[in-house]
Formats: sequence, structure tokens, C-alpha cells
Amino acid sequence: MTETVIETRGLTRYFGNRKAVDGMTLVVPRGSVFAFLGRNGSGKTTTIRMLLGLLEPTRGSASVLGVDSQRLSPEMRARIGYMSESHTLYNWLTVRQCGEYQSRFYPRWNEKIFQAVVGHFQLDPRTKAGSLSRGERAGLSLAITLAPEPELLILDDPALGLDPVARRSLLESMIYVTRGADRTIFFSSHLLEDVERVADHLAILDRSVLRACCPMESFRAHVQQFLLRYAGNTVPPAQLPSIRGLLHARRSMGELRLTIAGANSDTHQLLRTLAPTSIEEAPARFEEALVGYLGNRGERGFFLEDTTLLETAGARS
Amino acid sequence: MPLTISILTGSNVSIYQQIVDQVCAAIVAGRIAPDEPLPSVRSLAEELLINPNTVGKAYGELVREGVLESRPGRGMFISKRRQIYTRAERARRIDQAVTSLVSQAFMLGFTAEEIVEEVAKKTTELASNGGGS
Repeated sequence: MTETVIETRGLTRYFGNRKAVDGMTLVVPRGSVFAFLGRNGSGKTTTIRMLLGLLEPTRGSASVLGVDSQRLSPEMRARIGYMSESHTLYNWLTVRQCGEYQSRFYPRWNEKIFQAVVGHFQLDPRTKAGSLSRGERAGLSLAITLAPEPELLILDDPALGLDPVARRSLLESMIYVTRGADRTIFFSSHLLEDVERVADHLAILDRSVLRACCPMESFRAHVQQFLLRYAGNTVPPAQLPSIRGLLHARRSMGELRLTIAGANSDTHQLLRTLAPTSIEEAPARFEEALVGYLGNRGERGFFLEDTTLLETAGARS
Repeated sequence: MPLTISILTGSNVSIYQQIVDQVCAAIVAGRIAPDEPLPSVRSLAEELLINPNTVGKAYGELVREGVLESRPGRGMFISKRRQIYTRAERARRIDQAVTSLVSQAFMLGFTAEEIVEEVAKKTTELASNGGGS
């Protein structure tokens, strides 16, 4: 049994001239709850489609459960649970019929799990799939995905459009899946609260390029927030020297807030040359750290283009 | 309930650290005593809706710090208080805590006398709860 359930090497995909995924090298360890993060259009769904062998890479390779994604047999596919953003269901079948139909494709179908998830989302088995709400469709889709007890669960933005109750049920279901120590969940999401709760690893995709791939704790430990205070109404220096790992800078009366990845003693030395009266260092909030990475606000010129976490570097070498 | 752990997302303190801090705080405040059991990793994770590995890591850290002990087949328990740090480490930790306390208090405009008074008040309060020894 491999310790890695998903592995990509220089995975690249073009659509015409447009690069959707650029040289991605990603490693997902077995048993992890792995969050795949990035803005809309950053290449997450394209990556997932290549992992599942639904789309051919332009260059590079992807393997899932130790097998090349382009050569996944039906037996291998049965070990992978995939839930797409769109929750494709047969609208003319009832909730119960959807389960019965799907169960025929899976030798390992666990009806108890199907029923439990359906119950959890408070679905009436007699309702036609076509008349379910967005959250209910997600529930049914999840029940169908979980019932075959897949080794690897790939969820493409499962929380999209869910109300708070359905979202909670989704989280509970994900935590339930972790009862099997060798089960892996690979999911994309924009709900950072949920990611913070359930994910133990993460990867960040920024405009088709992978910018981080590491345990959650390492990511959080790597991104620090520095508060430089200046006496009274002194305005902090307008020009900053080039600071390695600087993700975001915000200047206000008497203070300068910097979000920096991988700060070390050199960083501290450099910050002291900015002559503040004091420097306070604190871990960044998860959202600040991520938004810093995705480079969507603040002074764009400060964004570091080639931030690589130690772990990413390790995986690439 | 003697020990209630509640976590906050979107904080600059990681969930793992929040659990560690709250268990320690509950012991200091005497809300949970030596030999009392803690919820299992699985049940705490399901209650708080968080990854069980996070709870596992927090418990692991507390075991290394000598706050908890794992009793095979029975679960996690609060250990009897004992000193696990070297003198230097203890000195370093208290210095760090006091520096942060004093600088914050100065920022808030308290005088040196007022800070000492507040510390004395808190020490008495916690000790009477059975925390100090």
C-alpha cells in the first residue's frame, strides 16, 4: 500500500493558448484531509479532472492510488469517490431509486452509509431528485459518493451554495469518513472556516501555479504578521526595501503591518532598518495568510512571485 | 460540565493551540483536577467539528508537557502536577509571559503600581480556586 494517494509531476494543461495548470508537482499523503485552495479559475477543477483521467494533460503526469490517471481501470475507479460541483443526478428518479441505481455499480456499496447520509441531510427517500434544493442535491450526491466506502474521496467545492445546516452536515460527514484511518479526502473549497476545521494539509493554486503544498501547521507557522509601530503621527516609510517572502503590506498612521512568509533572522534585521519604535510578531490568521498568497489585495508590487514553502521545495527536488 | 472546550475559527491562534491553551486554563482554574478523564480524541473532534488529527496533536503536546497522561486502554487523564521543565526553561517562559503582560498593560496606560496590584489580585483569585500551589 502506497503512502501517497495522489502524485503529480509537472502536470500541465493548456486550453488553446491559455495555460490552465502550469507544471504542478503535488503530493497527497494517505489518510490526510487535504484542502485544495485557489481562486475561481485558478485551475482546481481542471486539475481534478486530470487526476480522474477525464482530461488529458498537455505535459507531465498524474497518478492516483499508484496508477497513472490515464490508465484507471473500472475497479480502480470504484475505489475513488468523486463529487463534482454540479451534482449530476437523474432528476426523474426518487432519492431511494438514485441509491438503488448507483448501488449496482459498486460491489462494496454500504446501504447503511447511504441511509445515514440521506437521513443526516433530512431527505425524504420518496422525493424526486429533480425537486430537491441545492443543499439537498449535495446531500444525495454525497450519500451516493460515500456509500461505496471509497479509499480516496475527491470533492470539488462540495460546500458551494449550501445553507448553514447542510454545510454542517457536510462537515460532519467528512469527519465521519476520517474514522477509517487510511481514508483520504481531497477537496476544494472557498470556505476557509471549514478548511481550518477539517483540513490537515493544504495546497494553494494561484493563477494556474502551485504556490504551497504542505501540512496546515507548517503553512500557519510559515506566515507571520509583523506590526511595526511608529511614534505618534509619524508615517511609516513609503518605500520598502525588498523583503523576501513579503506577501502583503498595509500602512496606516503610526503603523505598518506586514504579512511575511518564511521570516528568519535576516528578516528581523531588515525590519529594524525601517526604524520603528517597536516590532510585534504574531502568527497570521489563516485568511490573511491565504489572501496574502493569492495576491488579491493590497499593494500588488509587494507580492512575492516565487514563494516556495520548504515542503514544496522538498517535493520538487 | 467541568471542562468545556470551544474553538474559534478565523483567529490567529490555531485550533490545535486553542485546545492546548484551554485544557491548561481549566487546570489552572481548578475546573478539572488530577486523575480526571478527558473526552476521547474522536468524541472531542466530532463535538467540535474538527479534524481528529488536530485533537490528537493537541493531546500529544499536552502529554509531552506533562499535563496529561495516556493510560493504555482507558484514555487520557489529567496528570498529577509535577515540574517537567528545567530551571532555565521555566525562567525563559515566565520572562516571556511577564514581558508580554507588562508591555500590554503599559500600552493600556496602567502604572507600575497598578500592574503589580492586578497581578496580586489575580494570583489570590486563582489560588483560592485551587489552582496555585
